[in-house]
Amino acid sequence: MLKTIPLPRLFATEHRTVSQIKGPLIFVDRIADVAYNEIVEIISPDNQTRLGQVLEVDQQRCMVRIFLGTSGLGLDRTRVRFTGDVARLGVSLSMLGRVLNGSGQPIDGGPPIIPERSLDINGLPINPSMRTHPSEFIQTGISAIDGLNTLTRGQKLPIFSGAGLPANELAAQIASQARVIGEGAGKHDEPFAVVFAAIGITQRETSFFMDQFHSSNAMDRTVLFVNRADDPSIERLLTPRAALTAAEYLAFTHHRHVLAILTDMTNYCEALREISAASEEVPGRRGYPGYMYSDLASLYERSGRIHGNPGSVTQLIILTMPDDDITHPIPDLTGYITEGQIVLSRDMHRKGVYPPIDVLPSLSRLMNDGIGPNKTRADHRSVADQLYALYAEGRDLRRLVAIIGEGALTAEDRRVLDFAKRFEGKFIGQKRINRDVTETLNAAWDLLTPMPAELLKRIPKEFIEQYHKSGR
Amino acid sequence: MNSSESHVGRVVRIAGPVVRATGLEHVRLYDVVRVGELGLVGEVIHLSDGVTTIQVYEDTSGIRVGEPVHSTGQPLVAQLGPGLLGQVYDGLQRPLESLAKMGGEFIQRGVSASPLPEDFGWEFTPCVSVGDHVNAGDVLGVVSESRTIEHRIMVHPHMCGHVEIIRSGEFNVHETVAVIRLDEEAKGGYIEVTLAQSWPVRQPRPCLSRLAPREPLVTGTRIIDAFFPVAKGGSAIIPGGFGTGKTVTEHSLARWADADVVVYVGCGERGNEMTDVLEEFPKLEDPRTGAPLMERTVLIANTSNMPVAAREASIYTGITIAEYYRDMGYDVLMLADSTSRWGEALREISGRLEEMPGEEGFPAYLGARLAEFYERAGRVICLGSPINPNAHKRIGSVSVVGAVSPPGGDFSEPVTQNSMRVASTFWALDYDLSRRRHFPAINWTNSYSLYDFHDWFERNVAPDWDDLSREAMALLQREVELLEIVKLVGTDALAEPERAVLAIARILREDFLQQSAFGADRYCSIHKAYWMLKTIMDFYRRAQFAMESKVPLERITSLPVVSDIARMKEIEVENVEMEIKTIMDRVQYSFGEL
Repeated sequence: MLKTIPLPRLFATEHRTVSQIKGPLIFVDRIADVAYNEIVEIISPDNQTRLGQVLEVDQQRCMVRIFLGTSGLGLDRTRVRFTGDVARLGVSLSMLGRVLNGSGQPIDGGPPIIPERSLDINGLPINPSMRTHPSEFIQTGISAIDGLNTLTRGQKLPIFSGAGLPANELAAQIASQARVIGEGAGKHDEPFAVVFAAIGITQRETSFFMDQFHSSNAMDRTVLFVNRADDPSIERLLTPRAALTAAEYLAFTHHRHVLAILTDMTNYCEALREISAASEEVPGRRGYPGYMYSDLASLYERSGRIHGNPGSVTQLIILTMPDDDITHPIPDLTGYITEGQIVLSRDMHRKGVYPPIDVLPSLSRLMNDGIGPNKTRADHRSVADQLYALYAEGRDLRRLVAIIGEGALTAEDRRVLDFAKRFEGKFIGQKRINRDVTETLNAAWDLLTPMPAELLKRIPKEFIEQYHKSGR
Repeated sequence: MNSSESHVGRVVRIAGPVVRATGLEHVRLYDVVRVGELGLVGEVIHLSDGVTTIQVYEDTSGIRVGEPVHSTGQPLVAQLGPGLLGQVYDGLQRPLESLAKMGGEFIQRGVSASPLPEDFGWEFTPCVSVGDHVNAGDVLGVVSESRTIEHRIMVHPHMCGHVEIIRSGEFNVHETVAVIRLDEEAKGGYIEVTLAQSWPVRQPRPCLSRLAPREPLVTGTRIIDAFFPVAKGGSAIIPGGFGTGKTVTEHSLARWADADVVVYVGCGERGNEMTDVLEEFPKLEDPRTGAPLMERTVLIANTSNMPVAAREASIYTGITIAEYYRDMGYDVLMLADSTSRWGEALREISGRLEEMPGEEGFPAYLGARLAEFYERAGRVICLGSPINPNAHKRIGSVSVVGAVSPPGGDFSEPVTQNSMRVASTFWALDYDLSRRRHFPAINWTNSYSLYDFHDWFERNVAPDWDDLSREAMALLQREVELLEIVKLVGTDALAEPERAVLAIARILREDFLQQSAFGADRYCSIHKAYWMLKTIMDFYRRAQFAMESKVPLERITSLPVVSDIARMKEIEVENVEMEIKTIMDRVQYSFGEL
């Protein structure tokens, strides 16, 4: 749970000098010895305690943001106690299998968690010279990802979704199917854990994920941090930090391979904008604060691998693009930090394609390091390039056909157009089948077979001879 | 820390990385201060009425009002000396590998370590004798820093005098190698010279005079070398949305560009990308010298999750190191990825200072800061006597290539616009090309280079280089116009010669412009680029000629030599001329047949 370690003070200083309450912020006057980012306990008139954090401090007053909202607080009967410490999360291996709220307190009716360590939830940056480059292939069972936008261990990959698109289904499917194969896989089952941070999601989505984890028997290696849509919005700023602190602890202290799922980061950014507006900061694009890039980076960069440490943190981030706009600040800044993106498409979803992944704007920056001989297969890179090239051409032709009709196309063009259709229907639209990477690559060659070998410019001769049916 | 300073300030206000303190007397703008019990590094950015405003380069959590602030009385300096090459620093020039040994995998606050290896003994060979008069920039002696770089120990730019003592042998960076009796006009007195010197990062290092850029920096990337070259001593920017390949392009430049020393600044970018460089560069060979690339590279890694203010400083630390090697007479390439993150750091600090914002919340001085930075690029006559006794001056250069990350890929935003005004080469990366996996995704219609090197190419590559590149560009331009028509009415409506333009332009795009940064094609010498371009343009001319004699286009495009052209990329650099000439002969023969 989120707790504080009191500094060795003779007595806790308590103030009754709240001078202003404004949205999620309170201002406390006539203070002394207050630290920046210190955690504050606020005791409301009805003796309830809530937590806050110092955002700004000078000699006379300090500004505190209250994570659980300010309703019910008054100026005269509210007491403020400065704890002298930053926000910490008590972590332990016994967190696995538990459901916690957005600040890390158990909400599953179980006993409190007895912490092994108490860690600053903001973490510390990993020294770049101590990182190991992610290069182990993670098989997700989804062709559009494994074949074309490969995920590797230690990567951070977001899913850009739109309202009403099945991002959560996809995330749950990946969480239950993900395996490491190839040379990175150990002989025994490697210790694996899922840390799930639900940030402002609905009750329906929460229970969907809980059902998924229970039905795939994954619950005992999962920690859930749940901040629901009706929980205080400022708590959303804590939730991913608490979750990633737990993830780092499990990965780098207990050497687990952790998959951290953060959903939905759009809600996090809304909370960030709310607090920024309340503290009257100069707004950046669309009212989001100018430091949103740094703030998001302080979360997303908490993934990776460390030299000499067998654990890893892989992040799967889900966010909803407002109005499906990929240039909106939330997906835009995320894309600049993460190592690629998986973009869901409303068009494909309408056509009934599942998973509705639009591969053209999707990308995995670490793909090259995770594929190839001993990892997946030697032809993987060139097959992926070829599929991309043909599909991009097919999409162009589709636009052309809409204007001039199919009659004007050459025979070659028609083949490409047909390829694009089969690609979407069979390769991307695999339904809920779990394909291993060999099946994915074979499915790709099935699509390429009707194409004449001369058109497959991106594939070296030897692979054409080996895999292309007409080339044999 | 200097013990003579008597004034200790007190923190009075903390807001993120901006701290205000009182009681710091005699402190000057841009002096480095140590904040709080932890001694966090900070820099004075504003002075008024006894209140000192400080930007702190580390996370300020836990700092209290009333904690002490000490002034070091010095601006932020870079330590310059042998041992820089192959190092990885953070934005304040703290060596990350040493920090890892001290503090583990995560970067702790308030730690520091000496930037240069302290106990390593360098073999110093003097070039001057006792009694010689030396001026600023003169080389006192040399140290072999790596297999390819001779590190020249220079007289500090603000010094001149007579050599009193000069030693030879093995020294670490703190030991005295020479004593100089300063000239009377330079205050007089004696000064001990070590292998290392320091220089304030925000101040450009002086030179005798600046020269016009005359030769291109050959990068090994075909589209850049053939169409949009950057000068040695010039500046270029690479703007592009996420996923368009800014970092991959910068990495390619760092690997293959024809520079003696490369300073790579990862400013607010991904940690794993720096790891990629760190793991790969020691294994790769410099195509010119055969030495591992790491031996000519200095890395500055201030990743996006490291403190914002240090990100602002990282660019200056990088360019100061670049200028230092320039002063030795080397051609240095500095890469900054990404200047937008640096601009955002300025914006964040400015916001915390409650300054009046300019466009999109950026401070009004964004353009001025960017201009100051890009103007530190240049080809110069260095201080000091020439290295080569036959030359009459020492010439060095710093070329700067900055990546820009415009929000939403929209180039109208302030950082891109302000950078465009000062950088002379513009490589526009394009979403559309990257989605088709056309890499490098440099858009040939919006990119430009203001440099004209046709003399150089004529002398060093081939007399017809300029014509070829101009014709090829015209062909690509014609393709753009024709594709507009095709979009409306389809290919069928085009006449045969126009369809030929489309077919050849496609060959040019796929077999020349596209270049994989990972396979055998990742480095393309300028001669190979020339022969490839010549073959394609030759094919184009012959195709036009054949079509005048009513040869149908299908017969031309189905010639077997077309696939030979497509495989030109894979030809080894060594035997490129011979093999490509064979292909050209085959082109000639094929058309003869037709």
